[in-house]
Amino acid sequence: MFKRINAPKNGKVSFTFEGRSIDAAPGDTVASALMLAGETHFRDTPVSQSQRGPFCLMGVCFECLVEIDGVPNRQACMVAVREGMSVRRQKGAIGVEIE
Amino acid sequence: MNACDLAIIGAGPAGMAAATEAANAGLSVILLDEQPAPGGQIYRGIETVPEERRKLLGPDYGKGLSIAQAFRASNATYIPEATVWNINPDLSIDYSRNGGSSQISTRHLLIATGAVERPTPMPGWTLPGVTTAGALQILLKAHGGVGDDVVLVGSGPLLYLLAQQMIEAGGPPKAIIETIDRSHYLKAARHLPRALSALSYLRKGMAMMRQIRRAGVPHYTGARDIRIEGAQRAEAVCFSAHGRAHRIETTSVALHQGVVPNQQATRLLGCDHVWSESQRCFIPKLDAFFESSVENVFVAGDGAGIAGANSAEIRGRIVALRVAQKLGDDKGTQIRALQKKLSRDEAIRPFLETLYAPSDEVMVPHDDVLVCRCEEVTAGAIREAVDLGAPGPNQIKSFLRSGMGPCQGRMCGLAVSSIIAERRKENPQSIGYYRLRPPLKPLLLSELAQLEREPTRDEPL
Amino acid sequence: MAMASLQHRTADLLVIGGGIHGCSAALHAAMRGLQVIVFEKDTVARHASGVNAGGVRKLGRHVAEIPLSLHSMSIWRRIADLLDDDCGFQPSPQIKVAETAEELETLRGRVAELNSLGYTHEQILDRQTMRTYLPAVAQHCVGAIASLDDGFAQPYQTTFAFQRKAQQMGVRVLEHTPVERVSRSGEEWKVQAGAQEFTGRFVLNCAGAWGGEIARQIGDHAPVRAYAPMMIVTERLRPFCTAVVGAAGRPLSFKQMPNGTVVIGGGRPGVPEPANNRTHMQMSELRHSAQTAMDIFPVMRGAQIVRSWAGIEGLMPDGIPVIGPAAHAPGAFHAFGFSAHGFQLGPGVGDIMAELIATGSTQAPIKPFSIKRFPQDPTRAQKELS
Repeated sequence: MFKRINAPKNGKVSFTFEGRSIDAAPGDTVASALMLAGETHFRDTPVSQSQRGPFCLMGVCFECLVEIDGVPNRQACMVAVREGMSVRRQKGAIGVEIE
Repeated sequence: MNACDLAIIGAGPAGMAAATEAANAGLSVILLDEQPAPGGQIYRGIETVPEERRKLLGPDYGKGLSIAQAFRASNATYIPEATVWNINPDLSIDYSRNGGSSQISTRHLLIATGAVERPTPMPGWTLPGVTTAGALQILLKAHGGVGDDVVLVGSGPLLYLLAQQMIEAGGPPKAIIETIDRSHYLKAARHLPRALSALSYLRKGMAMMRQIRRAGVPHYTGARDIRIEGAQRAEAVCFSAHGRAHRIETTSVALHQGVVPNQQATRLLGCDHVWSESQRCFIPKLDAFFESSVENVFVAGDGAGIAGANSAEIRGRIVALRVAQKLGDDKGTQIRALQKKLSRDEAIRPFLETLYAPSDEVMVPHDDVLVCRCEEVTAGAIREAVDLGAPGPNQIKSFLRSGMGPCQGRMCGLAVSSIIAERRKENPQSIGYYRLRPPLKPLLLSELAQLEREPTRDEPL
Repeated sequence: MAMASLQHRTADLLVIGGGIHGCSAALHAAMRGLQVIVFEKDTVARHASGVNAGGVRKLGRHVAEIPLSLHSMSIWRRIADLLDDDCGFQPSPQIKVAETAEELETLRGRVAELNSLGYTHEQILDRQTMRTYLPAVAQHCVGAIASLDDGFAQPYQTTFAFQRKAQQMGVRVLEHTPVERVSRSGEEWKVQAGAQEFTGRFVLNCAGAWGGEIARQIGDHAPVRAYAPMMIVTERLRPFCTAVVGAAGRPLSFKQMPNGTVVIGGGRPGVPEPANNRTHMQMSELRHSAQTAMDIFPVMRGAQIVRSWAGIEGLMPDGIPVIGPAAHAPGAFHAFGFSAHGFQLGPGVGDIMAELIATGSTQAPIKPFSIKRFPQDPTRAQKELS
């Protein structure tokens, strides 16, 4: 488990992950906030549906891909948390909606 | 569109120092960076980190603040949160920002995109809970997060620095599992005399080791046959050391086998690269002023070969002065002084490179280990394709899709080249690397469709 | 390349170019008992053969190409038996959609013309039938022309499989061995390559975009120019399209591979640098391919491009290849300039070339592809170029 060494001072940012409410600190990325909230499983691979989580935290590995407010393929480590955002696991290949 | 004198990609020490130096010399400078604030990975969060945390991270980290402040104070144009996705042969740069695409044009380009962690394929390395050591350092530096049962695995100065920082932060690692082969010590000793001229680095290293010992962190050396166990996430690290088998339970494994230049942009531009036997990676071929084989394209920072933050800053300044010189300013004296300083700073490298050379286990993983994490291609599948006659990484990519997932080969490229080289009993230099093509980062089809390019471009200023 | 012994520098047939045509012809010639050497300046399938869009298409062919395409299709259907590798070949419809009533009318005219010539492989799909094949196609598309039993394959896998099978049959494939000079000496052809001289009774020019220079050395003239069709591949998407799709009114080649990725091509060229074996992408041009793909398949709006690429192809001014004997020189043959649609023809044309070379004749109607359709007098050719 990861924990914060200091309690966040400048208020908090709340968002949801798979419907669960998460409290983050301003300046957190989606990935750091989720890791500090004990989440490790961010996506399932399109090839074998195996579970993956953040690996590099610097935008290189693309393992932390999540769906944010309905938009897939967001790199959780590159997106700052915003109040009220809805984050979901990315499950395998991206589905397309046929009109 | 008017071309600027110098465009810089990356706001780490090299990019910030180059931007500052060039702007102060009167050049028009644009710096593009992917992060929301300057610092790069080494000085990540440097402007916003609480003072208390900055202190515990150590003076080497704190040094970044003055570099960032000087950069902010300069006349360089800073474009943060910009994802560069293409660099054209005429050095115009396409980037995405806030969901839209834009383009800038430049007469000189500095690629200061730094290093990435060396791919470390091993059994279980794709399990959630397994990260790079750099990732945990970012979590600590930028977000003040530390784990309570982290096991550090691998070799290299960053591993000990991270351990020291974690100890200071009150979350010491549960164990350090070191993979250095005993033979490296003897080989590295030969480089000690030269390393002595960079004594401060040696002192710092020894102080780190002492602190780790004092903190009572279990430290295993000579580890082999490492594998990470877990059904859906990391549960334990297993390894053997000095004839004994070990199993350490943990939810967090941090891997490190050194860092390597990020080659994406230099490969895209077609810069020549050479295989460095001492660093075990490809390095762009550069002249004494860090200009690549492609005219007016420079590389500074760890992207020019791993040398650390101090060298990165000096290299950045050399590039800025060289560009000023190319534009007609005599900067010869200043450049020579910086080159001298750089040579002193780099004196430690041969010692570190030899001591912390990546283990064979990582360079040549077992057949069942996933090498391409995105497309889930194993080392064995790569070897089979080589045995069929596929001559190089590009054929392997066409055949097996390695490097065709969202990370675009960043996490497997070096490993794939190394595996092919080993199988064909050739040098990685002759095997080469993936051919890189735009987009440099995955790009929405709709973003490409929106791309507008002016049919004719103004002449440079 | 290591020095080869004299024996190893002599063969019946010297093939210049290790693309799908060179490798296919080499394999088929070996199957007819000929000794063959293939010269490849780079690596097999380095350019158009390895990086094309992979369409195995009878649809929309120049009328003269149809017999060759039908012959090739018969080989594609048994490609796994021929090569011990399925080449990723998937039978699937090829469908070209019409976005306007006028376009659909033109397509109707095409079907009528083919029917009058006795060809029945292309047919019109009305809007509703088209939508059963392409449920994700844009609402404005009014109908389509289709060849329902076409398909697609993996280009590199295919060309690599031809190479390996040819090698198993005794063909020597010399990679990184550029041909420096081709000349006739008595009854034989000499090929200077990699600082060695090779001798053969026959020489076959399968050098693609580089075929013009080889033709010149053989004594022929062919105005081939280098061309670099650009392609895009996306991330993996859930399956939504099983046909290979084109558009009647604008360039497009669109297909979803079995792994879920979507490959988008369609003729927008990058910048070829044949002298350096390189191409440059032109994203400002490629954006049109992206736009077309989104217009025809609106579901693609949110798809991510992972990679783009371009390979060098030989383009003829009249858009059809050069296939057949040299204009004058005995024992020399050409199969190049496939003008960005030669992948499907590879298996069939290789077979035809092998027959032509081994027996001296072929029943295949290759006359329209003769190099003699271009002016062969060098001075006239020079004038035409300037």
